[in-house]
Amino acid sequence: MSKASEQYLELYRAHRDAIDAHGAPAMNALRQGAAEALRRAGGFQEKGDEGYEKTSVDGMFAPDYGVNINRVDMPADVSASFRCGVPNLSTLLAVVVNDRFVPSSTLLKNIPEGLTVCSLAQACREMPDLVMKYYGQAADISDPSVALNTMFAQDGVFIHVGKGVRSERAVQLVDIFSSSTPLMAARRVLVAAEENSHVAILKCDHTQGDEARCMSSEVVEIFAARGARVEWYDIEESNASTSRRHQLFARQAEGSELHICGATLTNGTTRNDFRIDVDGEHAVTGLGAMAIGSGDQHIDNSSVIRHAADRGRSNQLLKYVLDDCATGAFEGSIEVCHGARFVEAYQSNRNILASKGARMHTKPQLLIYNDDVKCSHGATTGQLDQNALFYMRTRGIPEDEARRMLMQAFMVDVIDSITLEPLRDRLRHMVDRRFAGETAGCRDCKSSC
Amino acid sequence: MNNDKIDKNNPGQTSPADPKPHDGNRSLQDSRSSDADLLKEAAESDYKYGFVSDIDTDIIPVGLSEEIVRLISAKKGEPEWMLDFRLRAYRYWLTLTPPKWGHLRMPEIDFQAISYYAAPVKKEGPKSLDEVDPELLKTFDRLGIPLQEQKQLSGMAVDAVMDSVSVKTTHKEALAEKGIIFCSISEAIKDYPDLIKKYLGSVVSYKDNFYAALNSAVFSDGSFVYIPKGVRCPMELSTYFRINASGTGQFERTLIVADDDSYVSYLEGCTAPMRDENQLHAAIVEIVVEDRAEVKYSTVQNWYAGDKDGRGGIYNLVTKRGLCRGDYSKLSWTQVETGSAITWKYPSCVLAGEGSVGEFYSVALTRNYQQADTGTKMIHLGRNTRSTIVSKGISAGFSENSYRGLVKVTPAADGARNYTQCDSLLLGSDCGAHTFPYIDVMNPTAIVEHEATTSKISEDQIFYCNQRGIPTEEAVGLIVNGYAKEVMNKLPMEFAVEAQKLLQISLEGSVG
Amino acid sequence: MKDILLKVTDLHAKIEDKEILRGIDLEIHPGEVHAIMGPNGSGKSTLSSVLAGNPAFTVTGGSVDFHGMDLLSLSPEDRSHEGLFLSFQYPVEIPGVSMVNFMRAAVNAKRKYFNEPPLGAGDFLKLMRQKRAIVELDNKLASRSVNEGFSGGEKKRNEIFQMAVLEPRLSILDETDSGLDIDALRVVAGGVNQLKTSQNATVVITHYQRLLDYIKPDFVHVLYKGRIVRTGGPELALELEEKGYDWIKEEEK
Repeated sequence: MSKASEQYLELYRAHRDAIDAHGAPAMNALRQGAAEALRRAGGFQEKGDEGYEKTSVDGMFAPDYGVNINRVDMPADVSASFRCGVPNLSTLLAVVVNDRFVPSSTLLKNIPEGLTVCSLAQACREMPDLVMKYYGQAADISDPSVALNTMFAQDGVFIHVGKGVRSERAVQLVDIFSSSTPLMAARRVLVAAEENSHVAILKCDHTQGDEARCMSSEVVEIFAARGARVEWYDIEESNASTSRRHQLFARQAEGSELHICGATLTNGTTRNDFRIDVDGEHAVTGLGAMAIGSGDQHIDNSSVIRHAADRGRSNQLLKYVLDDCATGAFEGSIEVCHGARFVEAYQSNRNILASKGARMHTKPQLLIYNDDVKCSHGATTGQLDQNALFYMRTRGIPEDEARRMLMQAFMVDVIDSITLEPLRDRLRHMVDRRFAGETAGCRDCKSSC
Repeated sequence: MNNDKIDKNNPGQTSPADPKPHDGNRSLQDSRSSDADLLKEAAESDYKYGFVSDIDTDIIPVGLSEEIVRLISAKKGEPEWMLDFRLRAYRYWLTLTPPKWGHLRMPEIDFQAISYYAAPVKKEGPKSLDEVDPELLKTFDRLGIPLQEQKQLSGMAVDAVMDSVSVKTTHKEALAEKGIIFCSISEAIKDYPDLIKKYLGSVVSYKDNFYAALNSAVFSDGSFVYIPKGVRCPMELSTYFRINASGTGQFERTLIVADDDSYVSYLEGCTAPMRDENQLHAAIVEIVVEDRAEVKYSTVQNWYAGDKDGRGGIYNLVTKRGLCRGDYSKLSWTQVETGSAITWKYPSCVLAGEGSVGEFYSVALTRNYQQADTGTKMIHLGRNTRSTIVSKGISAGFSENSYRGLVKVTPAADGARNYTQCDSLLLGSDCGAHTFPYIDVMNPTAIVEHEATTSKISEDQIFYCNQRGIPTEEAVGLIVNGYAKEVMNKLPMEFAVEAQKLLQISLEGSVG
Repeated sequence: MKDILLKVTDLHAKIEDKEILRGIDLEIHPGEVHAIMGPNGSGKSTLSSVLAGNPAFTVTGGSVDFHGMDLLSLSPEDRSHEGLFLSFQYPVEIPGVSMVNFMRAAVNAKRKYFNEPPLGAGDFLKLMRQKRAIVELDNKLASRSVNEGFSGGEKKRNEIFQMAVLEPRLSILDETDSGLDIDALRVVAGGVNQLKTSQNATVVITHYQRLLDYIKPDFVHVLYKGRIVRTGGPELALELEEKGYDWIKEEEK
């Protein structure tokens, strides 16, 4: 049994009643099973385990973090000080402080008929059957991090899009770490998009101040029913003392579309898992991710897209630019199950190492059990195009600027995979500033994050 | 990606409600059903090397212990230092468990149920030591490897290894004139102890992995090659491995040393009788390449693959590695893998010398219930080192075919380059094709590229051939040979023809 | 005596370990058009790359004076600011960088070099519009990535467009005619001629006489094995067209 898991199991045993008391029934129901799963697993993945070549999840959980089991309240007006504005995009905004859901006044005022965006704990109380139908159904509890999250999650975000409802406005979730002592927050997001519905969700991660270490354990479950379209955008702009263990599980029914785009701009240690099960025919899946690393940033993305039905199409594009002593890792699989015909699945991973100390580890994989497929993956690791660099310099563009422009250009196709134009512009701007060495921050944001 | 593309290529598809999805296109359906018949036929196609030779064999008792290791060493009349080497490896092996990371379903091997030494018994009588049992000669004749002086292949020297021992090495004298040593490793241990002590285990340590430790403890025979400075070996060197006895394993060991400015092309072939039992083949090949030297190592692996239901066949668990120690040295691996029930091998290059070059060209064809997990490792240590990997997998029947490869660029390897291309072709919908590349880059001046595709054989191409009057089965042969050509072209001429035929035979009926 | 714009003295250069330029001497005055001709592999493109400062080449000897400055000591971008322009034989594609951003960066870098404030968006777009007209460059190309997916003709027109924007003192056109049909050639040459003044100079590097029908040279130099082996007037180009390069090779044996 690893010390990291031991300490959480101990905490759980000691405070089981308090966790339940401040939790909600549907969430409480899974805790005991989760604790048993973690005990069985005996610990989190270590660096070097298959699939975890460069990241020790056990190490991420090892520090002595506090858990806000008794849900001590944070300042209530926090939503006023964080407005991660996206120009020309009006959103339905909610803030998640550590793990607590705080709706904005605009959200409550403008939420359209058929769309629910609320606290997960509240949803458990008000619509238990609906939550139970989805909660924990996609996430793999045998994974120790999911088990841990399930043991401690007491609140989170619940997004439900009713049949045929197409939300004009995007839902925006601003995740903030705010703590003066080391803190682990078990975050949970549950998205259920019913038949032929449509929703776009923007999420950004921030850490306020940098005196305390923070650990985000986050499990996201997305269900796209027949014909539904879900867009999920996730931008991390935390800091060096933040660790993020993010796991997204999605299930796609027939004819559904799921578009995911993740960006890691600033962080400490991050491990993102994307596990997408394409269960229905004619489903479309897009996964884009970018990582910009400098200093000692550590960014590890892992994806599994599993095609279990005919005529699925998936496309993955992941790009890294690593400077200083940053470490990047990517492991991605395309799986085509026996009997899943006419699947087209592509994966591309392109990386640039900009300094001596930067490291990139790549492991793209294909697991194909059917002949009627078109699958490919490509991976390159190298440096900026020297010819392009020279060409730009002959036009008078200074070398540093030319480099920056080429790095931005390198990320363009990931950004272009975003369908929301205002968000695309916003992210482009953030990436430009990131490469210019400025903390991108957020417009209108009064706190420095 | 666009939807039209799919539909165009698969015109027979209709809505999910349609119970017969292929009805829309008669010709496609026909070709499919006939494909299915052909697939069945594939299982029955012959393995022409499956005969057993009736040769008296000296087999030691089954099981593995320190006594057995001592017995093997004693049978071979080895010096004390060699026995020590074996015992160190054996004791280390005891601490290990078999690796589990391969994409393979491998039953537990009972290492105590195998006999670790089997040698054809030399016939009684006042014959010269060099003379070989006529039954053995016949065996190798049937395998297309004549060993008699008058029939020997010109332009190719052969070391023939039956079960645990080398039975004959041809053209030895002609090679000796140039200072080239080509002999069995048992002889080398006796005749060239300094070279063996210097190089044996220097590239693949007995601590490398489970099977390497096992081999180091019990290896019986294999070939030793030494090419002196500045010598281009005038002919292809070849070792032919044959497992004959039942209930045994073969643990051969090959060591090739190419000194400065030398060149050698080395070939390896393997076959075994058809038996219901699984037999173990756990070899080690070590290659040392010095300054500006070049070694080409080609394998046509055709161990018995088991029958159509997956009974029997060789477990081919091999550690092959070359050290490009010298500056501007070059090592090129070419392999055509069609045999074995299970293949687990990763011929690798450690590119230590500045400007050294590693290459890996592979065709792996699996059918029936064969499983292959094969690929390479390219470890870039030196500046301006280059490596190329071209892997072509072809899976048919119920087989599983995986490419697994590592490209590692260490911090000191400025200017390193790698290009990897890894394609899989699927013939039939019950097989699997997988790709597991590991790419580690720790140097910003390196360029590493990896491309992989998986697809079924193109129906457009088959149709085009059909329209020109070429039957489907033949068309598949043509297309697959074209697909593998890039690799086949790397084989020495004599072997290329052989390998092409082998591919054709293995493909017979495996149409999808 | 006229001012000297460019003076190349005994220039030697190599790539990796291969010496390509073996002592080039060349003098260019404002208002002049020079043609540099020569068989394949004679070093024509190397000369243009070395003058523009391509880091792939190493200068092993000689000097280059560019209106009083030591050209070889300048970075490629400063050479550009000082008025050297190279039209590439193979313009580089830069996916993801739009033409507009690319040119804005170039224009403003030059202005910064001369301590001028950056150009406002309106003025910049006006400048682009004006200059585009010179080579009849399609407006749509401006929103595309630099040279990406451009046809051969569009790439070359794009080069001359950039030349028009940057207003160099010395333009080197490296095989600008290669891959152009006759209409595109006329447009490109027309652009070059429009940009000609008494203050600037042009070096046309070409394999064929064809381009010189449109851009009239004052001097023709023949480059062979890394040296200028002949210099003459426009008639030399015609002679080469008629007789080929073999007689030069013969004489230089």
